[in-house]
Amino acid sequence: MNTKKEKKRFLEIGGVQTVIASLICIILGLLVGYIVLLCINPAGAWDAMTSILKNFLYFPRPEVALEYFGSTLAKTAPLLMCTLSILFAYKVGLFNIGASGQYAVGAGLALYLALAYQMPWYVCMIAAMIGGGILGGIAGVLKAYLNVNEVIAGIMLNWISLYSVNMLLTNVKESSTTYTMALKTNSPDALIPGLGLDKLFSDNRYVTIAIPLAVIIAVLVWIVMSKTKLGYELKATGLNKNAAKYAGMKEKRNMILTMVIAGCLAGLGAAFLYLSGIEQWSCAQTAVPAMGFNGIAAAFLGGLNPIGSIFSAFFIQHITSGGSYVDKMVYCAQISDLISAIIIYFCGFVLFFKYCMNRKAKK
Amino acid sequence: MALLLQYTLIYASVLMLVALGGCFSERSGVINLGLEGTMVIGALGGALVMKYMADLPAALMILAVVLGSVIFGMVYSLLLAVSAINFKADQTLVGTAMNLLGTAAATVIVKAINMGENVNNVSSSIQYIQQRKAFSAFKIGNFEVSWFMILAVILLIIAHVVLYKTRFGLRLRACGEHPQAADSVGINVYKMRYAGVLISGFFGGLGGIVYITAGVSEWKFENGVAGFGFLALAVMIFGQWRPVSIGLAALLFGLFRALSNVYTGFDALVALKLPSTGSTPDPKRRLQHASVHHFPCSTGTVLQELQGTKSGRHPLR
Repeated sequence: MNTKKEKKRFLEIGGVQTVIASLICIILGLLVGYIVLLCINPAGAWDAMTSILKNFLYFPRPEVALEYFGSTLAKTAPLLMCTLSILFAYKVGLFNIGASGQYAVGAGLALYLALAYQMPWYVCMIAAMIGGGILGGIAGVLKAYLNVNEVIAGIMLNWISLYSVNMLLTNVKESSTTYTMALKTNSPDALIPGLGLDKLFSDNRYVTIAIPLAVIIAVLVWIVMSKTKLGYELKATGLNKNAAKYAGMKEKRNMILTMVIAGCLAGLGAAFLYLSGIEQWSCAQTAVPAMGFNGIAAAFLGGLNPIGSIFSAFFIQHITSGGSYVDKMVYCAQISDLISAIIIYFCGFVLFFKYCMNRKAKK
Repeated sequence: MALLLQYTLIYASVLMLVALGGCFSERSGVINLGLEGTMVIGALGGALVMKYMADLPAALMILAVVLGSVIFGMVYSLLLAVSAINFKADQTLVGTAMNLLGTAAATVIVKAINMGENVNNVSSSIQYIQQRKAFSAFKIGNFEVSWFMILAVILLIIAHVVLYKTRFGLRLRACGEHPQAADSVGINVYKMRYAGVLISGFFGGLGGIVYITAGVSEWKFENGVAGFGFLALAVMIFGQWRPVSIGLAALLFGLFRALSNVYTGFDALVALKLPSTGSTPDPKRRLQHASVHHFPCSTGTVLQELQGTKSGRHPLR
């Protein structure tokens, strides 16, 4: 066995292939994005591309750059949670497109408890988790008992939850704008504590323990998926429902459980973002939060591996934040959405890239 | 009442067209989740035609707009066809990517065009006030029949005939139900699936242009099509993947969608004090606007922009 492993060519190792395939996706995405920039205005294309890729490094002073690095990280934490939510469900053969809705419900509950009842942050966080979990559970039950496609159920639940949350949060919004009240002035207890982490990033108060917590959860998800009996059962259910049932696993329970866990992860992600105070919920929002969809991008870019998704989530957030630094006189910020959409599209070709690599390795 | 009927029919046309697209694609064995993105791109195609060929006579205008949106939609759906059929990519993933890409690409393109014309214009809107008038076929009192409604009915009949009465339809369905069996009797499954996806691009693009010209004279591409592509998927499933049932399902969904636009005209509904998103001007004002075809898209932003009232009064407060 050992000798066989040594003989395995570099290109044939699964992990290496995944990393290479993801890199190809990124490079192709950036290339196509660059061509689009060139078509719009050839003069500023290179500058725009570099400012998207530089993001916080755009600021020459190290302290300022560090502060914006902190903000990018603070937004990466919720994205990572959504990524894990999608990844977890995907491993069990379910496509959790409802992550956006679960995220919205998480945001709604967390903010409502914080602003209406002045609850401390951990209560809000747990409520967000439970809310997301219940929403995920609904899709899971529908799938398990009524054979409703989880994609359709998820899409519909997204809109239902978006508008419900808008209605709920209108009760705690600022009177002059459509945004919810700022946590800092109205409910300081609900802010996630920084525990000194903010000091590391030039006193960026949005840097909280949510960031390390998200990474820890990513590792936990990896352990559960690949090292425990539960993870094995879930994966078996995903591969073949009937075989899992035949082997004595409760396939319906497994499916519902998966969706509940996925929902919890997405809901928690929302709490990570909104309880850090970096953003306020707009009650006039009419689009499902993009976080859930970016999560799909990050999950596939990370090669459907919880550890890989830490890096891919950071990359996606990095270019999304970088989009705000492009020259507004020449291009618009949506250019980074375009690039990440192209990258997701190319992620669909990962299987093909791997096939090419395998063929090359065999030669 | 006439308004309600009119909006019901136009929304039903949109939903039916897009759902028919989804139906053809799924019957051939490819799930097209990217219909939302296809709609946006199709709408972009039509809007660009209206922008750059503003002074065509009415009949030619309709033809050009339909052609523009249909071609954009079909080309865009090739993205799905190539990846899902030739490269065995995950159809759900590619569909999702197409939805994100559609809105992002349309916004980038429109903003680039607007900024090219006027550096200070950073909006993502295209206006087509005059051009839109070409689409109304005739009026019965307040009730305005659009050419698109007529086109939708014709296409529904054609879709039914093609799917159930022709050799092509039978082969298409065979490829979806049992590709191996279809292959064994000499049907080119790849070709059939390409046809299915391209037809869905055709319908998706057409649905997109019908949607954005349904009631407004300007479209903000940042908003995409506000979930209508997904709603159409629900209509398709509700209609059991059968064209005629899809038509009926679309009418039902269209009715409720239209109600949300004109509910202020019905005392019984106003009495319910339903919360609504966006601004809620007093009923009379809303209706006035509705009658000059400036009703809010589900986003409400278009109306708000036209009225210049960004901050709405909410009934709950």
